[in-house]
Amino acid sequence: MTGEDVTKIQEMIYELLVREVMTKKVITVMPSTPMRDLREILRLNRISGAPVVEEGRLVGVISIEDFIRWLADGSPDCPVADRMTKDVKTIHDDEQLVQAVNRFERSGFGRLPVLDRSTGYLVGVVTKGDIIGGLLKRLEVDYREAETRGARSRHIFQDIVADQSSLVLEYRVRGADFARAGASASGLKTTLRRLGIHSQTTRRAAIATYEAEMNLIVFTEGGRITVQVAPEMIRLEVEDGGPGIPDIERAMQPGFSTAPDWVRELGFGAGMGLANIRNCADRMSLDSAAGKGTRLQVEILMEQQSDAERDSAETRA
Amino acid sequence: MKLEEVRRILDAEWVGGRPKGPEGGDRAVRSCHASDLMSDVLIPSGACAGSLLLTGLTNAQVVRVAEISDFTAVCFVRGKPPQPEAVKLAEEKGIPLLVAPLSMFEACGRLYTQGLVPGDRAKGDAD
Repeated sequence: MTGEDVTKIQEMIYELLVREVMTKKVITVMPSTPMRDLREILRLNRISGAPVVEEGRLVGVISIEDFIRWLADGSPDCPVADRMTKDVKTIHDDEQLVQAVNRFERSGFGRLPVLDRSTGYLVGVVTKGDIIGGLLKRLEVDYREAETRGARSRHIFQDIVADQSSLVLEYRVRGADFARAGASASGLKTTLRRLGIHSQTTRRAAIATYEAEMNLIVFTEGGRITVQVAPEMIRLEVEDGGPGIPDIERAMQPGFSTAPDWVRELGFGAGMGLANIRNCADRMSLDSAAGKGTRLQVEILMEQQSDAERDSAETRA
Repeated sequence: MKLEEVRRILDAEWVGGRPKGPEGGDRAVRSCHASDLMSDVLIPSGACAGSLLLTGLTNAQVVRVAEISDFTAVCFVRGKPPQPEAVKLAEEKGIPLLVAPLSMFEACGRLYTQGLVPGDRAKGDAD
């Protein structure tokens, strides 16, 4: 793998600016807007909150929660200004995407109002969906045909509005390049973690990638690892140009190895690579023939539970 | 068990100084894996997460494995210092490294008797 392949995504969240991905057309309300009018405004525009703006300046944010609280209180009608959140987390339009990602992570908010740094005026709103949308656009990844399974993913995917969306990452691995072994797995791991993918899923994908990477380095002239991150699963595809595996069944057996001694001296080549990949996979297929290339496909379903939920489930079991 | 305590039990020394970061030597070690076979500690279940990797290997792949399997730290036994590439990678990834003068057997024995458990028996949230 070369330096330029090192996780495009990672670089992009530093390169892209908030203003390049934000939604510019923002529905706002005035401080004097009556609370009773709010419901229609939110409903008609299908939004769950709106920045409160006075003469171009952000003075607060009013959300559907504020509205519900107002209803529940049975309070008399009042201007939005009386019920809005005044201490609003914002971001400037010239900040990097990574800043927005960090702020989402820290605050737990789904959206951030964007201010022009010089004038202080509200110029847009940025959501997690905007960020992913911006990244996808830059990556020119393909939106695949709908195959909606109702599977709900966590974090970053929950704000994407599309029938099906996925993110495709590609890593190139050079044969015999032992010094860089694991760089693809490491880059993938960092990226998945930043995307908010469950740690268990992330680890399985990283281990499978690492073992596959090692196989490419030890046995082939090099190859390509393509990782498709979709809401319901991570799909790995590893392809190389040869020499191929003469006896797949045997190669899959734990402990069977044709690795040279220098690989063994480095702690690998014990014949556990493919077996380990299988342990990480929900589905795995391996196509190969001697003299030809090898194509490995691995599917890892997204863990939907949080760590805490899984742990308590294990305790009960 | 805290990493600093592990260091003391093993009479080990930090490679490149005490670990930096908010937790420093206070980061938790919940279990231990001792292996010179790296595939054996690439475990998807998360049994290695938060664990200490004890090994006689000194190359950079040991650090890669620690990163990929979410080990807390790596300790090299028999007083063998890690190779420069390993040290560089560990710095990059924020993985603390230790060198212990003990054999693998004695290092394991000391940690086990002091209460460190095998990874698959460790309690608590691995992540």
